[in-house]
Amino acid sequence: MADIALARLPETANELRRARMLSLGARCALPVAILLGIGFLAPMIAILGYAFATPRSFDVFRSFTLENFATLFDPTNTVWLSFLWSCGFALFTVAILAVISYPIAYGLNMVFGRASPLISVLFVFPLFVSENVRLYGWVLFYIKNGVLDGTLKYFGLGGGPEVLFTPGMTLFGMVYTYLPFMLFPMTLGLALVPRDLVDAARDLGAGRLFIWREIELPLAMPGILIGMLLTFVLGIGATAEAKILGGQSVIVISHDIEIAFTYSQNWPLGSALSVVVTVFIAALTLFALSKLDLDRMLGRR
Amino acid sequence: MRRAVKRTNALIWAWTIFVLVVIYLPIICGGLASFNKSRYFGFPIKAYSTDWWDKMFASIEIGMIVKTSITVALLVTVFSVVIATFGALAFARYDWKGRRLYQKLIILPIFFPQPVLGLALLLGFNAVGIQTTWMTAVFAHMVWIVPVVTLVIAIQVYGFDPSLEEAAFDLGCSRLQVLREVTLPLLWPGIWSGMLFAFLLSWSNFPLSLYTTGADSTIPEWLYAKMVAGYTPMVPALGTMATVCAAAILLAGGLVGVLVRRRQAA
Repeated sequence: MADIALARLPETANELRRARMLSLGARCALPVAILLGIGFLAPMIAILGYAFATPRSFDVFRSFTLENFATLFDPTNTVWLSFLWSCGFALFTVAILAVISYPIAYGLNMVFGRASPLISVLFVFPLFVSENVRLYGWVLFYIKNGVLDGTLKYFGLGGGPEVLFTPGMTLFGMVYTYLPFMLFPMTLGLALVPRDLVDAARDLGAGRLFIWREIELPLAMPGILIGMLLTFVLGIGATAEAKILGGQSVIVISHDIEIAFTYSQNWPLGSALSVVVTVFIAALTLFALSKLDLDRMLGRR
Repeated sequence: MRRAVKRTNALIWAWTIFVLVVIYLPIICGGLASFNKSRYFGFPIKAYSTDWWDKMFASIEIGMIVKTSITVALLVTVFSVVIATFGALAFARYDWKGRRLYQKLIILPIFFPQPVLGLALLLGFNAVGIQTTWMTAVFAHMVWIVPVVTLVIAIQVYGFDPSLEEAAFDLGCSRLQVLREVTLPLLWPGIWSGMLFAFLLSWSNFPLSLYTTGADSTIPEWLYAKMVAGYTPMVPALGTMATVCAAAILLAGGLVGVLVRRRQAA
């Protein structure tokens, strides 16, 4: 009884509401939190468990060994090569996409006007077509006697270049697949740049390059960074591009993970590999997110 | 100065249109290939026919796969949107202790490579002894789609005026009444786009389906299996069919969205 008497009761209506909101927010978050707890965190713990299990066994949580990690960090192992390829592809994808998307993101904000919702939808739509289908379309385009080769031959121009099943093609596929993931955060970021600030700078006689470097780019940076992070992380996890378009000319890290789980049935090794990739990605993501104000980014529209 | 701006704008238009053409090129190639009479693709196509489409519609196996895909996508849509609506309110509307952490945790699955997530889920199901079927795929899709839908709805929540809810409370409405009469109707456009996203992302999802459907098969999975081994020209036909369905749903959904907004504005 005494405790209740001592605690300060919410007095004004506003305070009362705030006290209620606190618990309400947590309660609203609960279903999502449970889903992600069971569906996201629990499997990660399972992977972590397997990563320390005896290689080529299924005795998870019953044995503890660092052997799997030792195998991964063994310099004679080619896993590092896959990891480097994946990182390299991801870096190039980010760089190329930044250049491709910037003018479009700028256009969506400043140039297209009433047409921009329609143009946005046109860029979103490919996300709803299965990745396989789109990549397979490129095979039809580039393959011998395919759309490109056939058309060139039809006009008597020799034939198309043989680019299919090369590392370059894998990169092309990744740039193609991840375009929307760069474009939309970038567009959101550019929407954060106040138009009057740009106008004011122009009235004061600033050149276009100067405005871009000193105002537009820094203010749009949160969005651009989210886009870069998103495409980089997705690029690290990409497999379909290397398989369908690259024809396995390069083995990427996700493919190594998949092989460990499927063909070689070495779940502990695959888990250890997943743990390494996961830690890398999670650290990068959480670091970047800690620098960003999500409320400001998503709230302004 | 003005001429320079005009020229830049024209360049931006040209670039955007070029990129859009490139984006749709492979989808169009698939569509063309599905009408090719011969078993082997060659361009320019010598003889057009709808044989592969007829074969596809006649196939019992493909009928089953389409049915599984629709079932999974519908269930994912219903469950995801209900959970994500509350999740979005917690994300954007209410100020509570764990919010910053919650905002970060919810974004993590979106950034996570899906093939690895799929394998992790497979491992998880295995660890607790659950046989993977299309039902486990529903759950797996939700792990990735609920965060996306939450963000989509959250954008709508940010644009929502909290004083409307408070006014309803002051007028003596119960919390349930406020939810039904004020909050949900105002969020409806966001919920509607969330539903579209949920359905279409589940409909086209490949990496999660690959590991979590077990013996059942969804459209993207079947297509992949046929691309890798035992190719049939039904691959472009089914791929094009799935694309056309997605476009039709998006178009219908967009129209409903416009109508809802109109009615709200009136």
